Amino acid sequence: MKLTLHIWRQESPRTKGKFETYFLNDLDTHMSVPEMLDHLNEKLIKEEKDPIAFDSDCREGICGQCGFVINGHIHSPEKHATTCQTHLRSFKDGEELFLEPFRAKAFPIKKDLCIDRTALDRIIAKGGYISVNTGQAPEANSILINHDTAEAAFDAASCIGCGACVASCKNASAALFTAAKISHLALLPQGKMEANKRVKSMVSQMDMEGFGACSFTEACEAVCPQGISISHIVTMNREFWKE
Amino acid sequence: MVDSKVPPGPIQEKWTKFKAQAKLINPSNRRKYKVIVVGTGLAGSSAAASLSELGFQVDVFTFHESPRRAHSVAAQGGINAAKDYKNDGDSVWRMFYDTIKGGDFRSREANVYRMAECSLSLIDQAVAQGVPFAREYSGYLSNRSFGGVQVSRTFYARGQTGQQLLQGAYQALIRQTEVGQVKLFNRHEMLDLVVDQGKTNGIISRNLDTGEMKIHMADAVILATGGYGKIYYLSTLAMNCNATAIWRAHLRGAYFAAPSWTQFHPTSLPQLGEYQSKLTLMSESLRNDGRIWVPLKAGDNREPNTIPEGERDYYLERKYPSFGNLAPRDISSRAAKEQIDNGNGIGPLKNAVYLDFRDAIQREGIEVIKKRYGNLFDMYKKITGMDAYKTPMMISPSAHFSMGGLWVDYELMSNLEGLFVLGEANFADHGANRLGANSLLQACVDGYFIAPHTVMNYLAGMKPNINKDQKSGEMALQESKARINKLLEIKGSRTAEEFHKALGKILYQKCGLSRERNLLLEAKKELKALREEFYRELLVPGNASQFNLELEKAGRVEDYLGLAQLIVEDALQREESCGAHFRVEHQTSEGEAKRNDNTFKYVSVWESLPNEEYKLHKEDLEFLEIPLTERSYR
Repeated sequence: MKLTLHIWRQESPRTKGKFETYFLNDLDTHMSVPEMLDHLNEKLIKEEKDPIAFDSDCREGICGQCGFVINGHIHSPEKHATTCQTHLRSFKDGEELFLEPFRAKAFPIKKDLCIDRTALDRIIAKGGYISVNTGQAPEANSILINHDTAEAAFDAASCIGCGACVASCKNASAALFTAAKISHLALLPQGKMEANKRVKSMVSQMDMEGFGACSFTEACEAVCPQGISISHIVTMNREFWKE
Repeated sequence: MVDSKVPPGPIQEKWTKFKAQAKLINPSNRRKYKVIVVGTGLAGSSAAASLSELGFQVDVFTFHESPRRAHSVAAQGGINAAKDYKNDGDSVWRMFYDTIKGGDFRSREANVYRMAECSLSLIDQAVAQGVPFAREYSGYLSNRSFGGVQVSRTFYARGQTGQQLLQGAYQALIRQTEVGQVKLFNRHEMLDLVVDQGKTNGIISRNLDTGEMKIHMADAVILATGGYGKIYYLSTLAMNCNATAIWRAHLRGAYFAAPSWTQFHPTSLPQLGEYQSKLTLMSESLRNDGRIWVPLKAGDNREPNTIPEGERDYYLERKYPSFGNLAPRDISSRAAKEQIDNGNGIGPLKNAVYLDFRDAIQREGIEVIKKRYGNLFDMYKKITGMDAYKTPMMISPSAHFSMGGLWVDYELMSNLEGLFVLGEANFADHGANRLGANSLLQACVDGYFIAPHTVMNYLAGMKPNINKDQKSGEMALQESKARINKLLEIKGSRTAEEFHKALGKILYQKCGLSRERNLLLEAKKELKALREEFYRELLVPGNASQFNLELEKAGRVEDYLGLAQLIVEDALQREESCGAHFRVEHQTSEGEAKRNDNTFKYVSVWESLPNEEYKLHKEDLEFLEIPLTERSYR
């Protein structure tokens, strides 16, 4: 299989980047996208060129480390898939692909396709937890949780923190990411106690990091690898305005 | 002989007594002590959070961009606890028994008992943190069963249990950064351990974004850096999993126990081509409802659904009628290998077996199966493009979990004073084979419930922040810098990736699912040659003072090459079969692992000497509670 790749190359956060073009004509349709880049990198290194820096770790769509934009698709042209779960069978032989990093003010580019998403950690630090110390917990079955509530909390908690929601948003809003955590914890009886404080401080940190506001275009849900629903944003807003 | 420091007394009372008698530090004095934690998976995050909640200063290092990306995140199936919520006869004792037997009598009784005991509070802790475990409609927690046991003691959050538990631990950790008790060093890799006269004083780190290298001193160091199955190149592990921290600690004097005991997971996706970089795991929980089979006739190329019942061999059900498809991992993997070696394998490379849900779907309906395994079936489809609701999954064994690791005593401290090793990075609880859903448990128990007591006990015996001789740190720093420069200066013609692939091939073929003296001797020679070639031919682009992913990789491969030699040494030395370590020369007439308790009832504990020589120490294992028996699942 043949592909022409236009890949965003940027030396460091402060330098200017540009697309560079690479031709590959010995690809296998079962290769994943990161495996294609591994293959290209091996060639580049041997030609004494700088290999392409890209994030990727678990390669099974759960660690949230990978992700870039392929022909304008966040992560992947496939629905609810991460970049690492995207295989070349998703493309046509001879196709041209443009690969570029997730773009948002709050996600500075480190090098090429690698970005810095620590802003998301700083949002979690402002209350994305239940304040329980080790040793304080009561017997697990003393907290009953309705099956459907537990499932809904799980749906929200399944966020992998990849930042696709931010990259897909015309305002670069982290509303879906933030809402998923707020909703996960607010749904559970254990998390209700701190719900109000949590939503206020997490939302304020989200704004401080330079993420934009949510204007409800629903683009984030469409690209989220875990298919997290924008209904959690509604929950977040409701929690925010609660007294 | 090494001393495991197991406290005296009845096994049921050892841990309670240890805690009661452990030395304490006054809360207002705790902040004077600094503990370094390397690794932010379940063991590292939970230990760091718990220690800082107690009041210690904790510096946390991870090579990841965020602690939440650590590989605990990928564990799918579940976590065991002896809650006996099913009233099916479970107890701490039974879990202890199952784990000892599952580990083929090569683990330490006292540690295993403690893990089973602490499993009860761990579930409580996770629920309190908001981990959304599966629930019954009544609101109570739900359980399922896992390989190697006959009770249902596994708690789970769909197929993302590891991710959910890690979120809990990560959130606890992040909460401590907010109160200023934890200092987080993201994108920092530990390159060496600072040791002075047998005492651990700190670590050397490299900032992976800038290349800056630094000494960090502390009163104690905890390594929770996970397993090294990625040494086989093709494995279920993440691309960046590595042995660098534990291998460098080993070279500084920390003993390495049972390095060759690696578990091959029976239900991963098979390799399809040379370009492949990993083998994705499909949770073992699938074996609750899926039936494993191969065509009776070797080389049968028909579509699986057209092969009639009478021409299928459900070999696990046939060979192990009482455990069937839920036989433990080592046994299931070996049975699959046997079918593949006999030519009955399926798939394009004939390297797989079927895992079939046809009967379960007919029995329970597609909706029930979707609910149980939906995300796993989706993942299978994303990776293979195939629909497992309609056609059986193809699975094959893959390098997965390291039972071996740095040797630790009952307090999880290595032979180096002040060096603690937690989770998969240590050798302790799983013996020669780990039971499914025990790894998340061990990582959590080590971090939340054991290290806080044993680390405080250790620190209480010393003054905080004593003026340490900086010389050992300075020396280690210079050595690390020299090592990195050396890699860059080779300027050969082969990439780190190529060396890693070559290494993996040698280990898979000659020190994998089965081992044999002749092949191990060949592997030894080949590994030596490969390592020499590495230092002659390695090609690393760029320099040391920049963001350089290839340089990171090269350092990790270098350490893997060192560890691989010790792995083969260990496999050669152990002239018996036990658990995942299957020596072809030592098998029963039925082809099962044949232990030699007279000669090998010990853990091999290795010390590396200069010039690739190794000294063997032994930890004798005593089985006072559970009599040694042949492990049978028939």
